Amino acid sequence: MDWALLLDKTILIVIIFAVSLGIAAYSTYGERKIAAFLQDRVGPDRAGPFGILQPLADGGKMFTKEEIIPNASNKFLFILAPCIFMMTALMTSSIIPWGKSFNFGGHEFGLQVADLNVGLLYLFAVVSIGGYGIMIGGWASNNKFALLGALRASSQMISYEVAMGMSIIALLLISNSLSLREIVDGQAGDGNMWNVVRQPVGFLIFLICAFAECNRAPFDLPESESELIGGYHTEYSSMKLGLFLFAEYINMFISSAIIASLYFGGYHFPGIDSLNLSQNLAAIVSVAVLFAKILFFIFFFMWVRWTLPRFRYDQLMNLGWKVLIPLSIINVLATGGWITFFGN
Amino acid sequence: MQLTNRSKVVVKRELNWIEKLYLPAILGGLSITIKHLFKKAATVKYPEQKREFSAVYRGQHVLKRDEQGRENCTACGLCAVACPAEAISIEAAERKKGEEHLYREEKYAAKYEINMLRCIYCGLCEDACPKDAIYLSDRIVDPAYTRNNFVYGKDILVEGMDAAGRIDVSKRKKIYQMEGTPKQPLLK
Repeated sequence: MDWALLLDKTILIVIIFAVSLGIAAYSTYGERKIAAFLQDRVGPDRAGPFGILQPLADGGKMFTKEEIIPNASNKFLFILAPCIFMMTALMTSSIIPWGKSFNFGGHEFGLQVADLNVGLLYLFAVVSIGGYGIMIGGWASNNKFALLGALRASSQMISYEVAMGMSIIALLLISNSLSLREIVDGQAGDGNMWNVVRQPVGFLIFLICAFAECNRAPFDLPESESELIGGYHTEYSSMKLGLFLFAEYINMFISSAIIASLYFGGYHFPGIDSLNLSQNLAAIVSVAVLFAKILFFIFFFMWVRWTLPRFRYDQLMNLGWKVLIPLSIINVLATGGWITFFGN
Repeated sequence: MQLTNRSKVVVKRELNWIEKLYLPAILGGLSITIKHLFKKAATVKYPEQKREFSAVYRGQHVLKRDEQGRENCTACGLCAVACPAEAISIEAAERKKGEEHLYREEKYAAKYEINMLRCIYCGLCEDACPKDAIYLSDRIVDPAYTRNNFVYGKDILVEGMDAAGRIDVSKRKKIYQMEGTPKQPLLK
């Protein structure tokens, strides 16, 4: 066992953990602020300057609320569900390459927890388990609204994961790798461009499916507060509810990171390599570039939420099965044909 | 006849295939929402900023004093009779020697209570008052935790004696002048 490696990874994991939670916390604040601005309001501005302490107030409130476990619920599963949801939300962050590696006096410090050669498969596996968090939570609550929400969530996840996988296959055809670092590096350098240029249709499908997988508007049917109260988390209270809500924002953060990595060159930005920065400076710049892209996509998630109304259930299924899946299959065939006849 | 050019004729027809994609419509929607990001918020941050009330605003009542600081109210009870919500209750008392600087006439209201939850802020008490004593001001009734706290007594209703404590009701008075029913105290 290489102790230096273990130490490196532990430090990185702790940093990523903290950053994920921090970004998720401030996403709640950002969501409310952006919602307010898009509706010509001011938004939370009482806790601290510009309401900057609002997430702390919200978190404090969540912690001090009464913990209620329904009598008729399955207690074990009821408690397990938010844990699964939160855990899977955090686990996906391990394969994302956050930037170029640092060099501290000859010691290389990579900014990726695990460069799996099956990175994307791992991603899909973990995201699918996340669906169980919602399903188990909705079922164990023994509440009709929660069950309906959970059913919607599971059918939505199944429907959209197919199209998402198909759009990824087209991406794999041109990048020849499942490892996220190789996919990211394949979008930089001479003659290469961001995958969004080479896979515009695939990107669109992936983006729509990412919205659906995150249960974000316009695909927020599992929660749909106007018809299902809270959907799968109707019966949850206190910090267990907090975990659900929090994990959703972490999911949003991670999927923004993945969209940025897969289609928008990850931590690369055209022209930055020609600046000839020192290694550590280049690493800092690369992290900043990635986070700028991530923040843009988080903003985009919120922007869309306050623009589009929620889909009806049949519209959701129509879009998933009759539009996105055929379109993604055509996309795979077209990409494959292009590579076969014209080369990569 | 068309008064403005804002009306649009709506035609219900089949969407063509570009419209069926919905993407142009979604982009249009996104551009509308992003424009609002840069618009000024319409919010008035209430406790710090206050919106100017209209001249006819009817808020919390005030019991007026005259120029020498004596209460105008003589506890005649006309306001209580006029009140459609029966929110006002009055107990009268006789002015004693040495209280001339407090009450303008021989009779005064020992107790004057308005239940702010019953009150409908119609202003009929103001209309009924022959002594120029009660007015509705442009103040908002403060929130409170219990219903009892909304029964306002003389301690809250009567304006202060000094200049700082006086409540300006000139705007309300002007309304009566405009209506052509100058509201003047009957006795000077």
